[in-house]
Amino acid sequence: MTEIIQKVKNLSIGFKSKKGEEILILRNITTNVKKGETVGIVGESGSGKSTLALAMMGYVKHGLYTIGGECEFNSSNLLKMKNRDLEKIRGRKIAMIPQNAGQALTPNLKIGYQIDEALQLHSDLKEEEREQKISELLNKVRLPSPETIALRYPHELSGGQQQRVAVAMALAGTPDLLLLDEPTTGLDVTTQAHVLELLNFIAKDTGTSMVYVSHDLGAIAQVSDRIIVMYSGEIVLEGPSRDILKKPIHPYTYGLLKSIPKLSLAGLPQSMPGSQPQPGTMHRGCSFFDRCNFSEEKCKNNSPQLEYLEELNTSVRCFNYKSLMNDNQVNQTVNKIKTSLQDKEILNLSEVSISYARQKLLDQVLNRISDDNPTVKDININIKKGETIALVGESGSGKSTILKSIAGLLRTKGGIIKFDQDRNLSSDLKERDPNDLRIIQLIFQNPDESLNPNHTVEEIIAQPLKLYFGLKGEELKKNIIDLLQKVRLGEFYMSRYPRQLSGGEKQRVAVARAFAAKPDIILCDEVTSALDVSVQAAVLNLLQQLKEDFGTTYIFVSHDLAVVRAISDRVAVLYQGRLCEVGPSKDVYQFPSHPYTEVLLGAVLEPDPDIKPKLVAEDIVEEKPPQKGCSFQGRCSRILGDICKNEVPPWQITNSGNSIRCHIPLKELQKDQIN
Amino acid sequence: MKLDNIYQEEKKSNFAKVSEIIITMASRPSGFIGLSILIFHVVLAFISPYIAPYDFKAINPTLMLQAPSAEYWFGTDDLGRDVFTRTILGGRTALTITFFGSLIALLWGGLLGIFCGLVGGKTDDVVMRIVDAFLSIPWILAMLLIVSLLGTSTEVLIPALGFFYGKGIVRVARAATHDVIAKDFIVSARARGHSNFSIIWNEIIPNVRDSILVEGAMRWSWMLLGFSSLSFLGFGVSPPTPDWGLMISNARGLMSFAYWSVIAPIVGLSSLIIGINLTADAFAKALGIDRSTKAPV
Ligand SMILES: Nc1ncnc2c1ncn2[C@@H]1O[C@H](COP(=O)(O)OP(=O)(O)OP(=O)(O)O)[C@@H](O)[C@H]1O
Ligand code: SF4
Ligand code: SF4
Ligand SMILES: [Mg+2]
Repeated sequence: MTEIIQKVKNLSIGFKSKKGEEILILRNITTNVKKGETVGIVGESGSGKSTLALAMMGYVKHGLYTIGGECEFNSSNLLKMKNRDLEKIRGRKIAMIPQNAGQALTPNLKIGYQIDEALQLHSDLKEEEREQKISELLNKVRLPSPETIALRYPHELSGGQQQRVAVAMALAGTPDLLLLDEPTTGLDVTTQAHVLELLNFIAKDTGTSMVYVSHDLGAIAQVSDRIIVMYSGEIVLEGPSRDILKKPIHPYTYGLLKSIPKLSLAGLPQSMPGSQPQPGTMHRGCSFFDRCNFSEEKCKNNSPQLEYLEELNTSVRCFNYKSLMNDNQVNQTVNKIKTSLQDKEILNLSEVSISYARQKLLDQVLNRISDDNPTVKDININIKKGETIALVGESGSGKSTILKSIAGLLRTKGGIIKFDQDRNLSSDLKERDPNDLRIIQLIFQNPDESLNPNHTVEEIIAQPLKLYFGLKGEELKKNIIDLLQKVRLGEFYMSRYPRQLSGGEKQRVAVARAFAAKPDIILCDEVTSALDVSVQAAVLNLLQQLKEDFGTTYIFVSHDLAVVRAISDRVAVLYQGRLCEVGPSKDVYQFPSHPYTEVLLGAVLEPDPDIKPKLVAEDIVEEKPPQKGCSFQGRCSRILGDICKNEVPPWQITNSGNSIRCHIPLKELQKDQIN
Repeated sequence: MKLDNIYQEEKKSNFAKVSEIIITMASRPSGFIGLSILIFHVVLAFISPYIAPYDFKAINPTLMLQAPSAEYWFGTDDLGRDVFTRTILGGRTALTITFFGSLIALLWGGLLGIFCGLVGGKTDDVVMRIVDAFLSIPWILAMLLIVSLLGTSTEVLIPALGFFYGKGIVRVARAATHDVIAKDFIVSARARGHSNFSIIWNEIIPNVRDSILVEGAMRWSWMLLGFSSLSFLGFGVSPPTPDWGLMISNARGLMSFAYWSVIAPIVGLSSLIIGINLTADAFAKALGIDRSTKAPV
């Protein structure tokens, strides 16, 4: 048997509420980490996964305290240890990589210096040896030319490179255990895939045990040997990674896997009703009872125990796990979406370009924008009524910028945006007619930011109703209740403040507010990326339903290609503010495709250990689009040479109606991609 | 994870909100002490004309500089006036003038700050330059100039104090507005086409109100000190109006042999400043505002 290096026994952590009750965040957790093993801890926000990971290094967040149990590392209980002794372990024996590792780097110190500090603190190396070690570490995390990287400041590195530096620093003390809390959340898909691949390499190369905490089953699937699934402070399922992902025998995990959109399947995934209970509101019985499709009478009043199944090497907390043992459907069913596409053109962008460049005085006087290399350029898209068109691309590709211009929040530099064939929307807010503002509504990524924390749900939804339709009194109230019903929220939500709602509920309120204006077009900017997967599917289904009811057109921005696949009729791929490929989604997801689309598709993480991401191009980040030639030339692995550098590639149209902008002829594009 | 919103409250009436804030303030020892001192002073200011045992301006040469006694609790001053009477009435003047001064400071400072934060760009730059230019003039000199030109009546003092103490509020209001202005709910309101007025009133004010109020409360205690300094220099309210600053300045030469005439106003002034300060601090804590990160002094 392999050696166990971290043993968690009956661990409970909680806090005292204002009323003096003891509220549990972690309930009786028992698990362990073996030498050389990578354990993935997955769960939605609030399930206690970070609390557990922190406890594994003997840290309990301020305001929380240990109620019982222990975390044993090298046969001493970290939770009882003095700070002085803990300091000797943290950083040396156990290292941690937080979510925003880039922000954890000190901005005004050079990378090399910061790693040197970590080495001084966590190793016994002498000065000469340290220098050697620094480049060794930077090499290990595969940063190009370690000597130059060591001389840079953190802000001179991309997000992915910063994350690599964080890994290098964590490895400085040659730890036995590495804790990673959402280490790739917030990174671009391509960067994320590269960082995960690096972590896999390091796990093999150094034999370090890792605990990988994430809400993202796709990322967990790529790195873990074993998976722990948490739900409201308990372990509900624990076992070998492959079994958990292929044959989840707990209803929660089963539902979770079903609610993740997959690249291989068009159509919306099934959603799980409800949301995780808040700590302190748990009743007797199974904590998943309210949302469970397999529940029985028994589950209501009896809590299932974690049961170890010898033959599967799996622990499960469910009375009914047997009914899931023979189910192989987890990766299959989706709700096919009905398309409500009509033949009428509703929005037309032609030759649109947008610039953030500061206007010079002369330009201000002449009221023009001059910038020969604008952030967004040459955007030509024709959008039909009832269509869902998705804009995809990495961070900084100009997706939000285009939405802002359509909404009038940002002036275009050139080109025309036309609504309904005759209304010109190229002007900004102040010059637009109020009705032109009503027909386009926005939904934002983060409902925490898009709802005024000082307004009740009623006041929030009333705003557009009052502004556009002048509703008052009873009629206003009736309309608000109607809208709440449409987004599946009860009337009693009217008096709630946003802080009293869950993430999914908040996003529903934002959806209701957008629909209150009776818009023709809704711009959705990453509307599900701040939500837990189980909630994401529900919001996607809701959007789809509303669209079928109202015939609304969606412009849907997302970095998640699987989500885009699930909901959109058509996809436009952007790189550095230039279009690369536009076409019906079923064709964009098939070959041939633009080299950049190929990179994006390759980087998608599926919750399946057998589907590995394909890392086609480097994960470097470009600051500015190139002056001339193809926008993707800087990263393209298939670049042809001078032609790509000097000439803007032509649009090529495939048989199925997919437009691709590349110098490589379609036939050759396809040939290489299929291989 | 957020631990504090586990118990879901329903919408509360304004009265319930205010009383909850006051209860939270009073539940901390420092807040309790501050509130008690402040309430004591306010109540005294209201009832002082009715309980004052003597006429505050009755000069009586035969009673000059009497030590405290059963008849004259705090003794008498160099003109034979009752120090107790003058002390409790002096608080009335100071509180009224600075309270209204602070209101004015809050109003113009808050609104201008919000406006600058909202419009941003050139207008913001220009306005802030002007505000900074004013900030760089020593306020006491400017006050002296104003007072010598326009006199020392209450109608002059209140707006003048309000003006000078509002500059700091402009900065706080602007910074607070900057924090919310980038939030998507403001972008969303803009995109819907709400007017600037509606955005300020519905979206911004509810979110910056708390920090501005806290700042105003703090400014109040500073204004009190400033106002008393003016009086001390002889540029505040004019005699024979009872006023702490004036009393201290009159009696300071007599301190060695008639300490009572200076102790009473000093205790009055400092306790009120401490009271307001503690209250403002407790207010900030009750609202969950971390003052250490805001309000450049
Ligand atoms: N206010 C601004 N001033 C200057 N440049 C900006 C501004 N906002 C965005 N940019 C730049 O414009 C480019 C496009 O940004 P945009 O926000 O549209 O990207 P995005 O595709 O929405 O990215 P994400 O996925 O991160 O939301 C980026 O290079 C960004 O740095
Ligand atoms: S115990 Fe019952 S309610 Fe809980 S997960 Fe199993 S079947 Fe569902
Ligand atoms: S045009 Fe050239 S650089 Fe651009 S995607 Fe095609 S091959 Fe790559
Ligand atoms: Mg964006």
